[in-house]
Amino acid sequence: MLVEILQLVVFGIISGSIIALSGVGLSLTYGILKFANFAHGDTMTAGAFSALAALALLEAIGLPDHPLGPLSFGFSILMALVVGMVAAVLVGLTVDKLLYNRLRNTGTAVLLISSVGVAFGLRALVQFIWSPSPQYYIRKIQIARDYFGIRIKPDQIFIVILTALLVLAVHLFLTRTKMGKAMRATSDNMELARVTGIDTDRVILWTWIIGGALAGAGGVLAGIENKFITPTLGWAMLIYIFAGVILGGIGSPYGAMAGGMIIGISGEVSTLVIPTEDKPVVPFVIMVVVLLVKPTGIFGNR
Amino acid sequence: MSILEARDIYSGYGEMEILHGVSLHVERGEVVVIIGPNGAGKSTLMKTIFGLLIPTRGSVRFDGEDITGVRPDRIVKKGMCYVPQTDNIFSSLTVLENLEMGAFIRNDDFTPSLQAVYQRFPVLEKKHKQKAGTLSGGERQMLALGKALMLEPKALMLDEPSSGLAPMIVEEIFGKVREIAEEGVAVMIIEQNAREALKAANRGYILVMGEKRHEDTGQALLNHPELGSLYLGS
Repeated sequence: MLVEILQLVVFGIISGSIIALSGVGLSLTYGILKFANFAHGDTMTAGAFSALAALALLEAIGLPDHPLGPLSFGFSILMALVVGMVAAVLVGLTVDKLLYNRLRNTGTAVLLISSVGVAFGLRALVQFIWSPSPQYYIRKIQIARDYFGIRIKPDQIFIVILTALLVLAVHLFLTRTKMGKAMRATSDNMELARVTGIDTDRVILWTWIIGGALAGAGGVLAGIENKFITPTLGWAMLIYIFAGVILGGIGSPYGAMAGGMIIGISGEVSTLVIPTEDKPVVPFVIMVVVLLVKPTGIFGNR
Repeated sequence: MSILEARDIYSGYGEMEILHGVSLHVERGEVVVIIGPNGAGKSTLMKTIFGLLIPTRGSVRFDGEDITGVRPDRIVKKGMCYVPQTDNIFSSLTVLENLEMGAFIRNDDFTPSLQAVYQRFPVLEKKHKQKAGTLSGGERQMLALGKALMLEPKALMLDEPSSGLAPMIVEEIFGKVREIAEEGVAVMIIEQNAREALKAANRGYILVMGEKRHEDTGQALLNHPELGSLYLGS
């Protein structure tokens, strides 16, 4: 029984990693721009598919791709990961420049609804280019290893470690650099940030860069975990990401990390008592309960 | 020439004109207090000077330059700092981070300014690692002042620095403001709680219904027989 629970917790940490990583980006953009960006999931999708294009390109130029150690993939996925992150950043910046930037003074409802439009648009674009059918990242089958009765695939360890590194990088950025601190200050009080002389336009730019990079990484990691990607990848994950972000306290990047992990773990562990096909209900229930009991979330202070 | 001079300012929010031709000046090393009843236009005046509102008529000159309608972040770069009445610190950041944000536009080493702020407000050094949201009302006000001083500004605009503070703390804050001015900074304060502010002030203006009603030294305004009961409370 204990091993069974631990096994589910480990699975939860793996899916929680991807949720947390994507959630940090969503939370940052919410904190600074004060609107829930529904296009965040489809930005992940765009990142994942750009990485796919990079993989195809690397294969086409005949780059030898030997699996790295115990992993089922080689160096080219790491390069594709970077491409996916950069692509997601470019998507975020382009949409901000073309759309959100012009709507900045219209109120958050308009921004929120236009982000839903952006989400549909991005997904349609991805479907148009790659078709709606699943596309494989990795065709090789990997056997899980047994650690004290708990089965983990090396790829999954890679996902967790990479998430930890990226989250640590974001933490260091937010607490050690001038721009990171300015970002937290702007999230705290944009009006005061302006009268203090903080260049809030640059802060917004950096918010899209970091939020986009994390979304792209989240999309590619989801692809590695599932082995394949579909154009609905990000949209389908958005509910889990929102649940994590709301649980942690919307606008708080640390809350998003914790909340994402809790959503991931509770979803997996819940299968002990509820049928597996009902698992998607769990984030909804958590989200509703949090909104009823403590709408500011665990780490929220507003 | 005055370091700060507002000439014949007409300003307000949209169609609603609140200031109907107000002029004032502040000199280096001087504390000037603007007092007046609620709705007299004190905040509007300060926001117009700091570029948060654009006057429909009139001009603002600062340090020999016309800054009428210039954006606040540019005005900060010219050496004027504004401390809002409420929400004037980043409560989720630490005390030290708040001070660092005060120096955001500086690219040089600001350690000397930080040391000077710590010397003036030792409590900020003692609590530099604490979240600013955990500070008491008086400490918050000191942090807001310290944050502004990180730029070593030529002029300081304070919106009701005494609001919500205990009388003893108010006296301490105004004492500090006085000290800052004596080092050559031009300080402009708007206040409803005018008595303490006038004690610390060199000069005061009384603003009523968007117009300047009186102008005198702080002491004279304090001792004025009618003004006292009208605008200072008994």
